[in-house]
Amino acid sequence: MRQSINTMKPRKLIKYNMMEARKLNVKSKTENLSEIRDFVSNAAKDFGFNQSAIENIILAVDEACTNIIKHAYKYNAEGEIVITIHFKDSKFSIEIKDYGNTFEPDSVPAPDLKKYYEQHRVGGLGMYLMKTLMDEVQYDSVPGKYNKVRLSKKLMHN
Amino acid sequence: MAEFSAATKQSDEVSIIYLKGFLDAHTAPQLEAEFTNLIEKNKYYIVVNFKDLIYISSAGLGVFMAYIEKVRENNGDIKLVEMSEKVFNIFDLLGFPLLYEIYKSQDEAINKYNETKKIN
Repeated sequence: MRQSINTMKPRKLIKYNMMEARKLNVKSKTENLSEIRDFVSNAAKDFGFNQSAIENIILAVDEACTNIIKHAYKYNAEGEIVITIHFKDSKFSIEIKDYGNTFEPDSVPAPDLKKYYEQHRVGGLGMYLMKTLMDEVQYDSVPGKYNKVRLSKKLMHN
Repeated sequence: MAEFSAATKQSDEVSIIYLKGFLDAHTAPQLEAEFTNLIEKNKYYIVVNFKDLIYISSAGLGVFMAYIEKVRENNGDIKLVEMSEKVFNIFDLLGFPLLYEIYKSQDEAINKYNETKKIN
């Protein structure tokens, strides 16, 4: 059974333009981060990314979801996180939606190691990583309704 | 659920924390507990071995920032060793090598502590 699935993979890779969107709904718990990473990893692999790009995408999505759990839901484990992955042309986009508190992405300062050292904590690292590791990071929020962040990366052909 | 473990072993006065698996917002409290435990016992010569760490997110990096000043105030340090290239790249991206001593081998870090003690 496992073998037959594997043999189908190359066909999937060639047809990535026609791949359907994939969706994952999870509760806002840190224990779900590993399921989120696996979900994103599989989709990025099927799309044809190499290992190093897959690792960057996973980390960016982990950071986005960790921020949602911490800041949008303030560790309330009953919040919803909806992750939808779209494949279009050579672009891989991950949309992450939550229904928690809206935060102002522009209010997050750039990472400052000296300040972290003095304050014994880090803040804004996740956002910095997301912007560094992905091609695009877009926020779209309707306060009181939902927040959306869309992370995207283009597949570079060798 | 992500697999992670942090186990501490003593090598004379140096405490070595061995990390394994995935260090993220879910598993970071386990590492915090190791640091808290060492500090309670006044053990400030700390080496963290990353050999078996597969993954780290900013929540994991934050743990090192939480304890470093306290440890250094007590003439100790947190030295990081045996990182994979992938994990090092994340530390590097955020400028952590400016703040932490990172060594290829565990012995190098332990020797560094021994040299410092001789000088003192």
